[in-house]
Amino acid sequence: MIVEKRFLTFAIHRPLALECGAGLGPVTIAYETLGRLDEGGKNAILVLHALSGDSHMAGRYSEEDPKPGWWDIMIGPGKAIDTNRYFVICSNIIGGCMGSTGPSSTNPATGRPYGLDFPVVTIGDMVKAQKALIDHLGIKRLLAVVGGSLGGMQVLEWCLRYPDMVRSAIPLATTAKHSALAIAFNEVARQAIMADPNWQEGNYYGGARPNLGLAVARMIGHITYLSDEAMRRKFGRRLQDRTDLSFKLDVDFQVESYLRYQGKKFVDRFDANSFLYITKAADYFDIGEQHGGGSLVKAFSKAKAKFLVVSFTSDWLYPTYQSRELVQAMKKNGLDVSFCEIEADWGHDAFLLPNERLSSLIKGFLECAGRGG
Amino acid sequence: MEVEKRDIRFDLKIIASWIEPGSRVLDLGCGEGTLLHYLREHRQVVGTGIEQHEAEVAACIAKGLTVLQGDLNQEVLDYPDRAFDYVILSQTLQQVYRPRELITSLMRIGSRVIVSFPNFSHWSIRLQVLMRGMAPKNQQLPYDWYNSPNIRVITLKDFRRFVEDLGFKVMEEAPINTQNQDRYGSIVRFLPNLRATYGVFMIGRANETR
Repeated sequence: MIVEKRFLTFAIHRPLALECGAGLGPVTIAYETLGRLDEGGKNAILVLHALSGDSHMAGRYSEEDPKPGWWDIMIGPGKAIDTNRYFVICSNIIGGCMGSTGPSSTNPATGRPYGLDFPVVTIGDMVKAQKALIDHLGIKRLLAVVGGSLGGMQVLEWCLRYPDMVRSAIPLATTAKHSALAIAFNEVARQAIMADPNWQEGNYYGGARPNLGLAVARMIGHITYLSDEAMRRKFGRRLQDRTDLSFKLDVDFQVESYLRYQGKKFVDRFDANSFLYITKAADYFDIGEQHGGGSLVKAFSKAKAKFLVVSFTSDWLYPTYQSRELVQAMKKNGLDVSFCEIEADWGHDAFLLPNERLSSLIKGFLECAGRGG
Repeated sequence: MEVEKRDIRFDLKIIASWIEPGSRVLDLGCGEGTLLHYLREHRQVVGTGIEQHEAEVAACIAKGLTVLQGDLNQEVLDYPDRAFDYVILSQTLQQVYRPRELITSLMRIGSRVIVSFPNFSHWSIRLQVLMRGMAPKNQQLPYDWYNSPNIRVITLKDFRRFVEDLGFKVMEEAPINTQNQDRYGSIVRFLPNLRATYGVFMIGRANETR
């Protein structure tokens, strides 16, 4: 399955009004699509990516491309999100660094990268920009919006901001708002970046990049994506390439080596400022506050979609109780909602890993939504 | 009793026959969704199920049913008043820790509540207690006293009184003779409290007519 990254630029003459009060324009959105839109335009599914994801949800850019998109296990011909049946769209969020306008994009006012002149964007702003793309593609109503983690927040935002455009929604491993624990992890990650001398108040483009800080930030993230159980199984106290402790400050344990590897790998593909902006957007997200004046139940009175909410037993970033809060608010509004807590040892990241149960849930739910049932 | 489809349990067929087409139904302890699926196909209901076990919940959702994973005692609390036309508690009452609270709660969220349970006053059970002097075991109640999930001993007579005490009214009643997972059975008209293996009841508010 060969895919091509496309771009849509809008808000050229009139900037996109952001929640912070500032305007952003022009705005470019990088996106990819798979499958074909049917004649009535009724088979479109919008997939929303998490913090470090991008528009490349599935397939490969060329025959030689060694790695498929981030959710290739879920999306493709005959898969749960079946590209033979559905027209599947995924775009990079604004504030990101994979083709959509973000802090590393050129600021038209200065001709140089925005850096910290980029306005603080919210999950609501990201969804507003996605709406422009969906309008551009000529889609009036989405069959489904699907996403996990930060993508799940966008799913919820879609359902409350544009209720008439969403027939069904699958928020996975997500939350109505960040807990203090989640904000705390993000803050430590941001501090790691900002403490890197190369960060230079965000003005590092063209010079040395704050790679050490970004790598540490990613390491913190990876701790939150796993679980006690997963780490015990994956690493335990096993040593890396040695039989005895080194009695030096080098890598001794496999878990240290794993985190360092993940950190290093990340800096090659991600922009530190984008990391700062996206984690801030996640921390600011509070759908009960933003759509219900503090009441999650009131917020969901706007929603019209049919929901499938899924959580994972070992997710300690967005534990099951947070999904149950969402479900409760939906029930109180008489919404059609299904909920399943999947037993999984892999923590928050479980939604990205092969999981037959998750695939069968999504497949069955979409088929039913497609029938209008 | 008109047999509409052969692949569901006899007691479920009775329940289905009481449900008006197009109504809103909540099925508590819905298992793999056999009844919900049947009601959707044959009664065009808008159904929701509640089930505790992940595998069964997943099986339901994969079939396109609306099902929530959770403890039914907790889950029913979130619904607004009269959110459903029928709330079904099939072969679960005997395992409920607080039946009074649960049935009251179900009558809040539903206009009608349908309850089915094994009848502990069946003659074979009485005979076992009388002759063997031991806790009864049979096909409907295949457990020993120490591992039985059935913590409530209910008879048809007891249930009728229970409904009255709560201030509700029995709207329909079907004492049936059927085996545990059986698709066949019959309604017991003569000496039901002695001869029925299960009781199926539909209860409503006292001031209502059928």
